[in-house]
Amino acid sequence: MLTVNRAAYLGGLRPGGTVADAQALIPDLQLARADPEADLALLEYLADSCLCYTPWSAVDDWTEGKQGGGLWLDITGCAHLQDGEDSLLRDLVSRCGRHGLVARAAVADTPGAAWAWTRFGDSGSPCLPVGADRRILAALPLAALRLLPSTVEGLNRLGLKSIGDLEALPRAGLAARFGPAVAVRLDQMRGRQDEPISPQRPPERHQTHLRFAEPIARSEDIAAAVHQMLASLCQELGRQRLGVRRLQLVAFRLDATRQRLGIGTSQPNRDPRHLFRLLVESLAALDAGFGIDMLRLSATNVAPLQTEQAAFAAVSQGGEGEQNGQSLGHLCDSLGNRLGFDRIYRFALRQSHLPERLVRRLPPFPASSAPGGESAPEGRRPLRLFIRPEAVEAVAPLPDAPPLLFRWRRRIHRVAHAEGPERLSAEWWREGGLDRDYYCVEDVAGCRFWLYREGAYGGETIPRWFLHGIFP
Amino acid sequence: MNKMTLAQLRAHIAALENPERKLAVLPFGVTEIDAVLPWGGLPMGGLHEIDMPPDDAGDGPALGFVAVLLGRLAVQQRRPVLWVSGRDDLYAPGLAGFGLAAEQLLMVRPGRGSEILAAMEEGTRCCGLAAVAGEVWTLDGIAVRRLQLAARESGSTVLVMTRGDGHGTALTRWRVGPAPSAPPIPEAVGEWRWWLTLTHCRGRGTNDDGVVARWLVEWNDETHRLRLAAVSGDRSAVPEDRRRAAG
Repeated sequence: MLTVNRAAYLGGLRPGGTVADAQALIPDLQLARADPEADLALLEYLADSCLCYTPWSAVDDWTEGKQGGGLWLDITGCAHLQDGEDSLLRDLVSRCGRHGLVARAAVADTPGAAWAWTRFGDSGSPCLPVGADRRILAALPLAALRLLPSTVEGLNRLGLKSIGDLEALPRAGLAARFGPAVAVRLDQMRGRQDEPISPQRPPERHQTHLRFAEPIARSEDIAAAVHQMLASLCQELGRQRLGVRRLQLVAFRLDATRQRLGIGTSQPNRDPRHLFRLLVESLAALDAGFGIDMLRLSATNVAPLQTEQAAFAAVSQGGEGEQNGQSLGHLCDSLGNRLGFDRIYRFALRQSHLPERLVRRLPPFPASSAPGGESAPEGRRPLRLFIRPEAVEAVAPLPDAPPLLFRWRRRIHRVAHAEGPERLSAEWWREGGLDRDYYCVEDVAGCRFWLYREGAYGGETIPRWFLHGIFP
Repeated sequence: MNKMTLAQLRAHIAALENPERKLAVLPFGVTEIDAVLPWGGLPMGGLHEIDMPPDDAGDGPALGFVAVLLGRLAVQQRRPVLWVSGRDDLYAPGLAGFGLAAEQLLMVRPGRGSEILAAMEEGTRCCGLAAVAGEVWTLDGIAVRRLQLAARESGSTVLVMTRGDGHGTALTRWRVGPAPSAPPIPEAVGEWRWWLTLTHCRGRGTNDDGVVARWLVEWNDETHRLRLAAVSGDRSAVPEDRRRAAG
């Protein structure tokens, strides 16, 4: 048995016992298979939700001690936001209680001391008294040092029971017999060796939390909460002259799961009304479950946005129509969030001879600054350019002549007029490709096509004909 | 007396039926076409349908016609236009040849066909756009009416390219078919020529052929304008049915 709950403990069961013994003591004992991954996921959820106390929260992943999982919170400089350490701890424990967890928490000067005090200290005074900590810690058992059980057992056999006993001994002998871990743990507890707490993921610089006294589930309540958070976030961003590019909303649900919603904008924005409109569309996908305990809104991607720019952008895009319609930027944001931002684009020309490489796609913003950077090609160009040129069978009277007739998609087109060739060479600095001779041909019905012949007659390969696009 | 009242009534009914009479207008610049349209040009702030052939091989003329209209709307209103399509093969240099510059064109490519109409409607309600064009397979009456209402509210022009049947809701409906060009020399393809057919126009009845009017138009690459092409003596330029009728 890895662990037992309170009722089982009172019934006389202890972690580490065998199941057979336990069932002899309590016949209707409920057993559950250990699931370390689920345990870790729960701890990560808690660590994430503790970001409302401090940006530095992490999962305690030291599991060799068989002491159960834990969380680290570095509350340096944060406790006063919760009216002091005592109040913070009470709040933390009651939060865990909401999820049906029994938690113990303690505050101390070093991570090592806090670990020891949480597990072996006096739960009546969770904050280790400053000044008296040296004497109090010395009285704790050796297991409080985060040592392997075998090491603790070995030390116990030598008659060393408490941390104080250990500190009285010379270091060199301990290290020789039990390895460097003992000295390291002692130093970590006493603060002689640094032990930084590193969060799983660096906290966002621009984020805001909203915690609820009672879990909320109604969509109106959620919308109101989001509205409130957006207002404060945008105010903060306004002070720093930043605008949002990506926004993430995390809902911490009562069943210890998180749901994330994200929106993006096509250009930096800090208009709470606009961002709210974007968020509301995805709020419909939010499943409150048994209720939402806390919401966190973070700007995961920000970009500079000057005040003047914000006003100018509104004028140049919204124009007079703030009342009778949304502006272009708002349209791009709303479509982008629904369809995906890669599905909204502008065309831009670049320097290339190959028709399919000539055009590239750009996001709608920023709108192109200098038009005509690259000029359009001289010759006639089709309106549709097939992504994959379609092979056709063509009959040409002479090697360098346009075809007389060709078959495309099982239909024969007789050529009435043809123009060309326009030779477009493969780019030598790229891999492969043969020269192409392009012809604009018109069939007797008046349909016009862009055909090309790849390769030349008399070369290594037989030339092939393709249909690349259709003309108006 | 009786006649006067009837004329007044007619005018009254026409005003009720056609609130678009007051709409801003984009003239084609071709006298013969503008004269047929009751507005004196293509009315903005409304929905226009463009027939597409069932097979995309013959899309060219219709796309060219839409590009001409969008390019002129964008230049006139100094605003970009939105093109919504489920396809990926529109070619910007070709569109630029019809006066629709790449800077003025915003593309949206929804992944599902059902999202095309929704994106078009949202684009129509946006006040930063001159016009919205979209390629859809079929149109249902409700979607058309919604688009039409949105266009009337915002004043932007909506061009729907559809391969399905038409609806009476649209202000006009066009069919653009290929026509053989008349090159000056045999080894060339002449200016683009289309058979432009107005198959439905609010406020105008159809003739015996079931169309409102039909023109042979030519795109002039120098002036960037459409113009009426003279049907030449070349009998290949005359469509099949007329040739048969002529014997």
